[in-house]
Amino acid sequence: MTLLAYLSSLAAHFLHRSQTENELEEELRSHIRLRADDLERLGLARSEAEQRARIEFGGEVQVKEKCRDELAGNFIDILIQDLRFSVRMLRKTPGFTAIVVLTMALGIGATTAIFSVVDATLLHPLPYPHAEQLVRIVDDLAGIGAHDVGMSEPEWQDLQHSGIFQYVSPTWYDDNNLTGLSKPGRVSLLIEAPDYFALLGVKPELGRTFPPLDHSPGFTTEAVISDGLWKRTFGGDPAILRKQFRMDTDLYRIVGVMPADFHDPGTSPRERNIEVWAATSFYGPPMSDHPARSGRNLPTAIARLKPGLTIPAAQSRVDALVAALQKQYAGDYPAHMKWKIRLMPLKESVLGDVRQTLTMLLIAVGLVLFIACVNVANLLLARGSVRSREMAIRRALGAGQARLTRQLLTENLLLSLLGGATGLGALFLAKDFLLKLVPETLPRLNEISISWIVLLFALGMSVISGVSFGIAPALSVRRLDLIHALKQEGRGSTGSREQTRSRRTLVITEFAMSLVLLIAAGLLLHSFWDLLNAPLGFNPHSVMTIKTRMPYPNDPKVDKYATAAQQGRFFREVLRRCQQLPGVNESAFSDLGALPLGHDRNNQNPPLPMMIEGRQTQSNEAPLVDESIVTPEYFHLMEMTLRRGRIFNELDTDQAEPVAVINESMAQTFWPNEDAIGKHVKLSRRATKWTTIIGVVANARTESLENVKVPQIYTDLYQRGAKHLVIFLRGDLNAAAIPDAVREQVQSVDPTLPVFSAEMLSNTVSAALDQRRFALEIVGLFALTALLLAAIGIYGVLSFLVNERTHEIGIRLALGAQRRAILQMLLRHGLWLALTGAAVGLVCALALSHFMASALYGVRPTDPMTFGVVLVISIVVALLASYLPARRATRVDPMIALRCD
Amino acid sequence: MDYEAELLPGTLDLLILKAVSLGPLHGYGVLLRIGQISGRALLIQQGALYPALFRLVRQGLLKASWDKSDNNRRAKYYELTAKGRRRLREETDGWNRLAKAIATALAARPQEI
Repeated sequence: MTLLAYLSSLAAHFLHRSQTENELEEELRSHIRLRADDLERLGLARSEAEQRARIEFGGEVQVKEKCRDELAGNFIDILIQDLRFSVRMLRKTPGFTAIVVLTMALGIGATTAIFSVVDATLLHPLPYPHAEQLVRIVDDLAGIGAHDVGMSEPEWQDLQHSGIFQYVSPTWYDDNNLTGLSKPGRVSLLIEAPDYFALLGVKPELGRTFPPLDHSPGFTTEAVISDGLWKRTFGGDPAILRKQFRMDTDLYRIVGVMPADFHDPGTSPRERNIEVWAATSFYGPPMSDHPARSGRNLPTAIARLKPGLTIPAAQSRVDALVAALQKQYAGDYPAHMKWKIRLMPLKESVLGDVRQTLTMLLIAVGLVLFIACVNVANLLLARGSVRSREMAIRRALGAGQARLTRQLLTENLLLSLLGGATGLGALFLAKDFLLKLVPETLPRLNEISISWIVLLFALGMSVISGVSFGIAPALSVRRLDLIHALKQEGRGSTGSREQTRSRRTLVITEFAMSLVLLIAAGLLLHSFWDLLNAPLGFNPHSVMTIKTRMPYPNDPKVDKYATAAQQGRFFREVLRRCQQLPGVNESAFSDLGALPLGHDRNNQNPPLPMMIEGRQTQSNEAPLVDESIVTPEYFHLMEMTLRRGRIFNELDTDQAEPVAVINESMAQTFWPNEDAIGKHVKLSRRATKWTTIIGVVANARTESLENVKVPQIYTDLYQRGAKHLVIFLRGDLNAAAIPDAVREQVQSVDPTLPVFSAEMLSNTVSAALDQRRFALEIVGLFALTALLLAAIGIYGVLSFLVNERTHEIGIRLALGAQRRAILQMLLRHGLWLALTGAAVGLVCALALSHFMASALYGVRPTDPMTFGVVLVISIVVALLASYLPARRATRVDPMIALRCD
Repeated sequence: MDYEAELLPGTLDLLILKAVSLGPLHGYGVLLRIGQISGRALLIQQGALYPALFRLVRQGLLKASWDKSDNNRRAKYYELTAKGRRRLREETDGWNRLAKAIATALAARPQEI
């Protein structure tokens, strides 16, 4: 009933506005007439009675206004009035409006941009149903310092039957050769259990996926392909299902096509853009019929927990399972290795260190928005003092305090919404450009968009900022001293002491926050610079790397590259041909592990367990080292320095004794006080021969730019063999023509091999810095913006101060003060603001900077040099910002200044 | 129109409901009725009456319609709705309880403590 009454009142208000007005008018008139009738009856003349009745009734206009206030929906009228008035006010001061709107556009636009990235990645990292149930399974051998070592097939079966998971699927990312088409191509392949898609809860757009319960040995002969591969290689053929293609000479039948927006939960862009999915039971040819427990050949696995099970609860059940297995198979799990299975939220494994970068950016952009709000609040306070006369007059004419506050808030919200809209508009226009800045390694890069959640966020930020910067000026109306304000003849600025103080506080806050941002940017810059200038230990310039790959047929008997000797003939022939290409001075072959900074972790090159002759090591306890398999030319081509011994030569063939070269870090780790040369190691448990160490090379940052001390062992490709291959070329290369020329040469040796991923090595090195560069650019941009805003803030406060003190300065000058002294006085004021802000900022920065420790390289979070430089820069900027208004003060003409009061 | 006592805040709505409950009235009639039933003891500011009437209509406690008055003037008549009647009962009870409590409190003597 209430609602109905309200609605009908609302309707009456808006639909029958004039009728309501007329009725109100008539009702009051009838009241007066009725009263006059009574008075007439008491003996007054009609005219006199009517006049008396009107006087008794009192202010008719006020009563009407109060009645209107009681009507439903009246606030909408007021809002419209306020808005109309606000628009008029803002149009009257276009300069002021433009500055405020642009400042807010900057703040809200930047925040929204970062939020759109956060929304796509951090907030929605896994676009699968019930993603909270998804985990990655990580095996650690903590006792020997080995992490993420992979699992064996029996362990996978144990997990599958443990009752903890709905599904468990190993995931094995691989490249593969697509053959039987006009041109052999490379496809990224994922080998997984048949229930992988059921695990993720996704459906194909065409056909079907694998029958989940299939546990027959070996690979299935079916494959699911990506939408991209379907369109690109098969021309979107509608009859794609049941078509066949060859991968590594094996025949597969296509049974399904995944939708274009499906991405695997991988850790790198390559792993997220799989083109072919093949299923296997992970036993039976080409794998072992009875895989050993200790043969950790499944690189990693993902799983879906049983519904209702939390990760900690599942973890404790997994721990119990591990303990039981260790007891049951004591021989396979020596106690000192401390085998553990870790359940990691799949989200974390996909995000990796992106979370940290984005959190840092979000904080940085939050600070920028905050500074923008402070700046606008400052401007509004300054204008508030100009408008105090207007407010005083409106108060004197009967406007209520609440009404004026509401009016000012409306005005400020309007400003902020205009700013937000401008920011969003700019974001739409600059979207493509901005997305180019985002590093490719970011998960769900393609999903970044201005969604309705992002729009809602922008709206929310606008309202919050509008209220937060508008509340102080709006409330200052309440403290308005009417008499005082009205007495101020014509001159706008009254600048109460309180206002000046709050403006100073705002500027100091602003300055402190910008200093925090500058220090963050400085630390990132310093790290970046150090990394850029860290000696690499190899020379990536003028080097091109091109990948190729030999097949792994499911039937080993048809493999024409089964032995190192068979492969060697191919390597020699390709190198001989490459050597004759224009511009090529040197060429070398290696496996994928030798490609600097270019291979993913958990890939085909897990660190090797190594056994050292004469040392008691149980088979599973072996230390892990990274292996690179290279041809002898590799070291000279990469310009790596030989410290001792020799590198490989033509005599190190597959018939000769196996030899290896190690880096200094490995020599120091395993033979700290003796000469490593001549020592013997075994690079696998199954190896029958010992490998002799023949040389030591200087450390190079080939595994990680940050860590130069990764132990490395180099073995001879002609002895070890490898199928994931990289061709290295050095010389005066024509980067556009060389890849095709190399493809031609490789395929004239073997037309079934794909040639792909040609890349200048210097680009690969530079790409390894992408995420850092992204963080640096964005934080740097924000820091400069913040500094600019803070400078504007100081400029504003000092200009205001100079205006306010024109009279005083005039007197001083008239009394003989030096203009220099005036300048100094004002500069000192600016410096005081800057120093106070800097002190606060330094404390904040010291408290906060250790949060970014892991984003830094070679620089401590409290790096005195960075702090010092930033401090000097910001104070110089503050002095510059103070100089302009200060100089204006010295130009005050005493005569004019004194007269103007 | 020389009523004596000023109204306690919040009692105007109650008085209007009471006045109208005795039969439909126009605004001026409400004024007269309140004077009459309070023994001319309560002072009502004419300016406050109409906003209060508008408020009660909006709350759905009163409904209004135009009609002819006794002396043939057109006037807007107010009457109680069912909800208004219920509200009047509740408010009257509340008021009586309050008045009784205050009266008891004010009548307290030292020896009773």
